[in-house]
Amino acid sequence: MTFVVKPRIRHPQLPVNDLGLTRRDYEGAVSTLCAGCGHDSVSAAIAAACAELSLPPHRFAKVSGIGCSSKTPSYFLGKSHGFNSVHGRMPSVATGANLANRSLYCVGVSGDGDSASIGLGQFAHIVRRRINMVYIVDNNGTYGLTKGQFSATNDRGSTSKKGVPNLYEPIDLVSMALQIGAGFVARSFSGDKKQLVPLIKAALAHPGMAFLDVISPCVAFNNHNGSTKSFDYVRGHSERLVEADFLPAQAEITADYDPGTTEDVPMPDGSILRLSKVAKDFDVHDRIGALEYVQRKQERGEVATGLLYVEPDAADCHDMLGTVETPLNALTEADLCPGEAALERLNESFR
Amino acid sequence: MNVTYNDFVIRFANVNGSGSASANGMFAKALFRMGIPVAARNIFPSNIQGLPTWFEVRVSERGHLGRREGVDIMVAMNAETYAEDIADIKPGGYLFHDSSKPLAAHLRRSDVNEVGMPIAALLLPEFSDLKQRGLFKNIVYLGALSALLNIEFEVITGMVAKQYRGKDDLIAPNIHALEIGRRYALDYLGGPIEYQVRRSSANGEKILIDGNTAAALGALYGGATVCAWYPITPSTSVAESFERHANALRKDEATGANKFAVIQAEDELSAIGIVIGAGWNGARAFTATSGPGISLMSEFLGLAYFAEIPAVIFDIQRAGPSTGMPTRTQQSDLTAAAYASHGDTRHVLLFPSSPKECFDFAAEALDLADRLQTPIIVMSDLELGMNDNVSEPFEWSDGRRYDRGKVLDAAALDAAGEFGRYLDVDGDGIGQRTLPGAHPERGAFFTRGTSRDEHARYTESPEAYQRNMERLERKWATAAELTPQAEIADAGRRNGILYYGTSAMPMTEALELLQAQGIALDRLRVRGFPFGKEVFDFIGRHERVFVVDQNRDAQMRSLLINEGVAEPAKLVSVRYYAGLSISADTIRDQVLMYYQAERLPRLTEVGS
Repeated sequence: MTFVVKPRIRHPQLPVNDLGLTRRDYEGAVSTLCAGCGHDSVSAAIAAACAELSLPPHRFAKVSGIGCSSKTPSYFLGKSHGFNSVHGRMPSVATGANLANRSLYCVGVSGDGDSASIGLGQFAHIVRRRINMVYIVDNNGTYGLTKGQFSATNDRGSTSKKGVPNLYEPIDLVSMALQIGAGFVARSFSGDKKQLVPLIKAALAHPGMAFLDVISPCVAFNNHNGSTKSFDYVRGHSERLVEADFLPAQAEITADYDPGTTEDVPMPDGSILRLSKVAKDFDVHDRIGALEYVQRKQERGEVATGLLYVEPDAADCHDMLGTVETPLNALTEADLCPGEAALERLNESFR
Repeated sequence: MNVTYNDFVIRFANVNGSGSASANGMFAKALFRMGIPVAARNIFPSNIQGLPTWFEVRVSERGHLGRREGVDIMVAMNAETYAEDIADIKPGGYLFHDSSKPLAAHLRRSDVNEVGMPIAALLLPEFSDLKQRGLFKNIVYLGALSALLNIEFEVITGMVAKQYRGKDDLIAPNIHALEIGRRYALDYLGGPIEYQVRRSSANGEKILIDGNTAAALGALYGGATVCAWYPITPSTSVAESFERHANALRKDEATGANKFAVIQAEDELSAIGIVIGAGWNGARAFTATSGPGISLMSEFLGLAYFAEIPAVIFDIQRAGPSTGMPTRTQQSDLTAAAYASHGDTRHVLLFPSSPKECFDFAAEALDLADRLQTPIIVMSDLELGMNDNVSEPFEWSDGRRYDRGKVLDAAALDAAGEFGRYLDVDGDGIGQRTLPGAHPERGAFFTRGTSRDEHARYTESPEAYQRNMERLERKWATAAELTPQAEIADAGRRNGILYYGTSAMPMTEALELLQAQGIALDRLRVRGFPFGKEVFDFIGRHERVFVVDQNRDAQMRSLLINEGVAEPAKLVSVRYYAGLSISADTIRDQVLMYYQAERLPRLTEVGS
């Protein structure tokens, strides 16, 4: 547990965003995860992304399942409602929450046990349904809260803390998401804030299912030699694919930006997603190419990080269902009840 | 000839998938349109084509619409089940069959009237297409029955015309097939038999409708906007009917956009999760399922109880696990639903017994879920849900407002002093809640199962846990006051009978049968769980109370004992669980047997 108490006094030097809010306004309760846990970096990155985009910190629905990762929605965006639900079932709760009020940002945080094992079915189906949300998996390849069992994303041959090798093939959520309809798929590393924050910003702006697999090493149970999800292993084996920098439309900054191949992806809200291609000729609009690329890398024991696929004008579930713009939870009797006269006609049709 | 009018049971024995369902449905509807009370029961296999299926119609001028043992007229159209079908006919009854092939000698009964009609032979010269001949077979026997039972022919032809509106080229051949049957019955079968129908005014303003459609309309009127479900017989038609009627009645007039969302989920876990996510975020949401779905939903139901999220579940009960018998009716999910999930959980149940009540309880369940911030499970069954039942018409008042419960919006939060999600501000055990995004600064909280204090802050304090559990118990007491009261007819008799759901259908008839045996019982129909005080008072003031269950384990009796009946021994179980609906005869026989075994006094000696 991190015993650092955050100062309550607002520092006069803290920068404010367009809403006049500082980074503090996007934080949550004190984390109860282990000191140095990668998940806390992900929470901080979410807060940073929302603050930088000047999103109102109370307009979020935060949902999670069960596990270390699923505790984290309490540690960011403290002004928003959160729901720590059932193991592996965050996607269904997120679906309901999004159907009820399409005007809120929906952020779901899950883990590899939560999404790749007990909740694999729900993961697959929410991706198919293209619920408009940011779906983050804090992926550490292990069960932390129950002390170090393998999860389904753990690589074959990788060893547990006790030295026992994993016998089974891993499930790659990124490949699955690419296959079954996610309009935005990315992978990052919890220790790489420079890459992670822009990816979360881009995911928030994406109008549909945005899936982010974040390798987040478990400092307690999966950070030893022999684990393929340790800090050292991932740092040594990741290949940066595409660097994304998200620039809001109203304040476009292009100066402090690495030179190289760039591509501007227009987002539906008018903002620009600027991509810096590290890998030559990588096309972020090529779903099948991305799938092949990820799997080739995986075959070589490498982790492709960055933005892998984006479909900028993706439809979301509400578009597909043809629901009204007004949030369903704001409709009143006048909108919802067909009334007495219609009921009398119905009665007559049953005579 | 001694004619019996408007009082008989007719059973159609068919092959599943042969097109008989629509002809049989028209038969029942025609009698209903003549003003005669009817109850139609579809006894079907877990199969799309080939297995035997039965359709039974009880016709009763007096409105006795529960199932009755014994068949007066058997329309035997399935050679495979001839033996059992013919054995079920009451002595003096009628066997109607296709005599194109002669009936085997060993099947014949000297005590029933055989009415043979060469249906296949009659159709052979009329229709060249084999499939058409198969389908029209059903229409031909419908035409013959119109003559044999004296059904007003224009009522049937009118229905054919209505059914095939838009496919007009089908109307003429159908009416022709009807006429072939009718003509033959008049010319060669001697016209009307001893069982006949005649126009009645007994139906009044009533409607003929299945409970699932009624529940769907109730959910629509009650303001449900999110429906998530997984296909399972016998509940599927709740969701399908909701979607169909919502598409007709819930579109934005200007844009044509939907003011509802229906998701066919990947399983029941997801269906209830979607409902709970929507309920948490302030939309009225429901799912429909049956026993296996309740099992799968149990973990989530427990979470919703502890996290205090509104949700509505329709449980259309059926028999046991797996496939086969589950297409038959039962009331066997009571204990599973009442105490679904791990931990100390109890759920509010509603027990409709008519389509009108399915409609009313669906809308009421949505109000109760919001008021009590907890799942409400509407306990219907296959008998009520999938069969056409005569019902009082649906009612709604345009002035009716939804009870959204204690939801604080931004203005209310600003006006309120302290906000704590789980503070018992009114002493009824129900806290105030806020919806995500309501206010920039106030009212946000984190939802969890347990491990929280009154302000929804994380704690594992033993005292805080216990305080929360005690508040949930106060909420349960509030629920007992808000759930629908039992329906009671108490004339101060010594003994009573307690029942719920579809056991109401044969109850009036059963009590009349018992009265004829000198046994008079007061009656109570349970309509909600937790039980109101009136239920315990009724049991308290009677020496013995028969408890009618359509399950083996006397689940209602268990609930009554578990929830506080002081003297369990006075609850005498009456049970039926063979997959059909309980009949008046069954209730009479079991009560009578108990009276005889215990030598209980009767009011009068048994008449001759």
